Amino acid sequence: MPSGNVIPLSSNTTPSSDAMNEKKEQTRRTSFSKVNKFTSLFAGSPKAKDAAKLREALIAQQQALLNSPSPAQIQSSTLSLPTINLTTATGEKMPAEPKTLFQPPSPEESRRIARAHAQFGPLGSQSHRYTSQFTGEFAEPVEDEPPYYFLLTTYISYLILIAFGHVRDFFGKRFRKEHYSHLAERDGYAPLNSDFDNFYTRRLKMRINDCFSRPITGVPGRFITLLDRTSDDGNNTFKLTGTTTETLNMSSYNYLGFAQSDGPCADAAEQAIKKQGITMASPRSDSGTSDLTLEVEDLIAKFVGKPAAMVFSMGFVTNATTFPTLVGKGCLLISDELNHASIRYGARLSGAVIEMFKHNDMNHLERLLREVISQGQPRTHRPWKKILVVVEGLYSMEGTMCNLPALIALKKKYKFNLFIDEAHSVGALGPQGRGVCDYFGIDPSEVDILMGTLTKSFGANGGYIAAEKSIIDKLRTQNAAMLFAESPSPPVLIQIASSLRIIIGEIVPGQGEERLQRLAFNSRYLRLGLKRLGFIIYGHDDSPIIPLLLYNPAKMPAFSHEMLKRKISVVVVGYPATPLVSSRARFCVSAAHTKDDLDRMLAACDEVGDLLQLKFSSGIAGGADGLGEGVSQKEEATGPNKNFVPPRWRLEDVLKRGVDDVQHPLR
Amino acid sequence: MDLNEAQGAVLRYLNDAGAQFQKLPGSAIILRYIRSSYQNDPIRSAVELFLFLFAVRYLLAPSYSTQKQKHVALTEEEIDELVDDWTPEPLVAAPTAFEEIENEKRPVIVGPSGPKSKLSNGRTVTNLASYNFYNFVANDTLKEKAIQTLRTYGVGPCGPPGFYGTQDVHMKIEADVAAHLGVPACIIYAQSFSTISSVIPSFSKRGDIIVADKAVNFAIRKGLQISRSTIRWFEHNDMEDLERVLARVVKEQAKKPLTRRFIVTEALFENVGDLTNLPRLIELKLKYKFRLIVDETWSFGVLGRTGRGITEAQNVDPNEVDMIIGSLSGPLCAAGGFCAGTGEVVEHQRISSSSYTFSAALPAFLATTASETIALLQEHPDIMERLRENIKALRAQLDPRSDWVRCTSSVDSPIMLLVLKPEVVASKNLSLQDQEQLLQDVVDECIANGVLITRLKAMPVALGANPNDQSWHPQPAIKVCVTNGLTKKEVEKAGVVIRHAITKIVTRRK
Repeated sequence: MPSGNVIPLSSNTTPSSDAMNEKKEQTRRTSFSKVNKFTSLFAGSPKAKDAAKLREALIAQQQALLNSPSPAQIQSSTLSLPTINLTTATGEKMPAEPKTLFQPPSPEESRRIARAHAQFGPLGSQSHRYTSQFTGEFAEPVEDEPPYYFLLTTYISYLILIAFGHVRDFFGKRFRKEHYSHLAERDGYAPLNSDFDNFYTRRLKMRINDCFSRPITGVPGRFITLLDRTSDDGNNTFKLTGTTTETLNMSSYNYLGFAQSDGPCADAAEQAIKKQGITMASPRSDSGTSDLTLEVEDLIAKFVGKPAAMVFSMGFVTNATTFPTLVGKGCLLISDELNHASIRYGARLSGAVIEMFKHNDMNHLERLLREVISQGQPRTHRPWKKILVVVEGLYSMEGTMCNLPALIALKKKYKFNLFIDEAHSVGALGPQGRGVCDYFGIDPSEVDILMGTLTKSFGANGGYIAAEKSIIDKLRTQNAAMLFAESPSPPVLIQIASSLRIIIGEIVPGQGEERLQRLAFNSRYLRLGLKRLGFIIYGHDDSPIIPLLLYNPAKMPAFSHEMLKRKISVVVVGYPATPLVSSRARFCVSAAHTKDDLDRMLAACDEVGDLLQLKFSSGIAGGADGLGEGVSQKEEATGPNKNFVPPRWRLEDVLKRGVDDVQHPLR
Repeated sequence: MDLNEAQGAVLRYLNDAGAQFQKLPGSAIILRYIRSSYQNDPIRSAVELFLFLFAVRYLLAPSYSTQKQKHVALTEEEIDELVDDWTPEPLVAAPTAFEEIENEKRPVIVGPSGPKSKLSNGRTVTNLASYNFYNFVANDTLKEKAIQTLRTYGVGPCGPPGFYGTQDVHMKIEADVAAHLGVPACIIYAQSFSTISSVIPSFSKRGDIIVADKAVNFAIRKGLQISRSTIRWFEHNDMEDLERVLARVVKEQAKKPLTRRFIVTEALFENVGDLTNLPRLIELKLKYKFRLIVDETWSFGVLGRTGRGITEAQNVDPNEVDMIIGSLSGPLCAAGGFCAGTGEVVEHQRISSSSYTFSAALPAFLATTASETIALLQEHPDIMERLRENIKALRAQLDPRSDWVRCTSSVDSPIMLLVLKPEVVASKNLSLQDQEQLLQDVVDECIANGVLITRLKAMPVALGANPNDQSWHPQPAIKVCVTNGLTKKEVEKAGVVIRHAITKIVTRRK
């Protein structure tokens, strides 16, 4: 039934191009009207009033939940709701569809549904699903390069920025001394920030500071509500204007859409607060371990396919405290050059020797392994006690996955231990959402240690380590976070447990699968669409992290502002998080997004891409036009006349063909 | 080809080349230079030519690393053989007997944690092992507020603070803490334990100098280690030694360029339990021009009339301390840590403190809980009075009346650390390991008698390090945490149980 009752707007039949345009318009209006409706609930009202409204909404929610306990019912009703919202909110003439057959729900109920949909969009059509699974041969994603003109202007831009910065510093230090006093020696104290270290922040980052740390309120779900702010001192300080903007959320690590304030997870978390309290108020090893902690550890271990697991209250600390327990003096830690800061932090604490290999370059890793094993420890040439290779499952700035099959092959040959940080990949990859092992169809026992965070896919907080029981037992007695750090709080644990149970289908059967498949579909759909529009996109096809390359530093704020104008919040990153030239915008796709959201996103990118001259892909990385007559995909790829045409699809064609093409290997 | 012809061709070619060379801009200068350098002395020219060639070779030579000098050249077969021969140690060593016991005996609480907690073995015990000093975990108003927040914000913020993870509730708790302490600004971290280990390296870099107390906790030690600064230690809480160290540093550094200098210490020491002397620290810091970082993890929410920490308890202006690091997870019963100071100090951390920048933000409901509990402390200073009564009652049962242990904690601290008296250790000839084991037996005995207490955990030793060369280690201790959730009678009763357990276990040991 849910699949039958589809809004005609989001159906994936292929209407004429006029109809497509109309559809786009309407979709956008729909979401805007919803925006108004939803923000009016919270926006601009003083705290007390807010709280009263909240409470009201809360009661309404609970009643509504009691009324409709079955998830299927919720789904079918939610599907037809936006249309009603549209007509009531904008006062347009009634649409011709027999939507009136549906009895409009009470105001509380409709408010609740609007709220729920702002956090997790309804599935438009059953065809908007895909199973994330590795097929074929592991291929490094092709990294396209922009025309030299853009590289050159990027360097020139930085030169200009730096020159201007120095000129401003030169005059500022002479005429506005008070603004620079913190960078100079003050009555015998060295400056807290050195002038030189601070230059980049002061003169470059400060210019675009309004694109970072935007404050939000409410749930970071499908939509995210920004608190508007202005600055009248060049982004040094910000003032909240008191208004809010609801934007499409392409920025949060909410892969499976579990950032929700209602639904089974939130209900369970509420019960946990009532029954178990807010906190254990003690480290794990004192009296901070509860039956709930053990239950969650068990669930995680089963989920990732390891005999035992251990949870931490913070993802960063999971890495920072685990490496010192595993490796130390006389050990070698080989790390991918793009590994996360927490891995570097933990590695430095451990006292082991650290070597790096080029990102995902297995040949370099093998050369390095042969070198270090044959040479032994520096100076003494003693053999290494152990070698730990550390990679991430999915890299958060590149959208690339680790080459697990090759790593396993190397591991068998060179006998090192393998540590995979699945911070982004757990939940987000694999047919069952169990991370890279699941995605590549590799037995998790081949990997020594699986680490992951619970912040991202599970909408909770904290991290975990899953490994053999002996390793976990050791961690429990020797790991500093276990001994001294606060234990995870019960509502957070329950959020983890219930989201895990949804993913494996233990509660609300079908929903977990839907989330996984929607995420995979959405990731591929947006990636393919962006490539076809002509953008340079990095990363593997199934990765929900989609970096769009901007290059010129001035395009970072421009892109961010243009997207914000179109009510889409994106993350832009530049140096030092990326190499100097390859500034980028990063989109994080979520299962909470609907195809309409992604179409809106594609339309916005299309406009902004033209405006900012961002469409400069050469075609080698995909997005090519249709296959020639009678040529199979393989033939084309290996054929003699492999000439690349820069893909510059029209938006209508991208939207029209997207849904079908996502099901095939992307090209 | 004829030889003459060839000669002619060569001469013509040379002439042409000479003419071309004359045409080159700057050729005259080169010729003049060669002539003036020749000065009828061919050796002179030879030396210059040699220098020129050397410079060319040097510039063209590939860069080399000084480390590779010890590199042993091996053939591929030899490498294969070495790879085959190499057998790594197992990833973790086999567990020691003590670790096995620890894993086995770790208490597991069923249901909520509280003054009376149910353990997994079915028994209900008096819980003197959690930092629930004011029994906020049982406060229904807090729960109600947490549920409201949960229903507005969900559980996790799904992103780091820099990328849309800063929620309005985070800004509120930052303002609340700053206002409570009376400092201009504050930054909230997602976990208290990681706060100071990230704050220190974000300010103190290689070449900077840190003077730290010998007894500081594990998190500070890790922060010091990661900062790569020059560390000088001073004797625990010995202000005279501190002054000596500071004077020495100032003298040593007098000729060198000025670097950042910090004093790092705790307000209430995690490992010893005693208080630092803040007024004296301020005096010294001002005299020797050091910045002061005080870890108030164990004193924020505990010391002072309204729980502002050591600054309130010792009547010091909190603005005199450059950075105050505290916890929202212990007595405040929420989670996360904070660093408070000037706006400059706080803003710098937002981009350069790794565990803030690279980690997800604090869940919203925990942030609001912390805001609420701070308000409770401000509005009800009487709960602190009650806690102090309970501390006094329990202390009276343990410290003066036991022949075996003494309490090293400050009289104001709700965490009582009980260590074996030196004469007991000497007479029974107890090593550190023995003491740990003995105290673990005491803890087990107490649990068997219905009182849950715990041990002060030893700081884990780095792998591969010699366990004996750690310069300072805490003396093994029993940790007893007082709570308001128990009446004075109950507290005293628990105190008696603990005292008897200690007597029983220690006397049994020969």
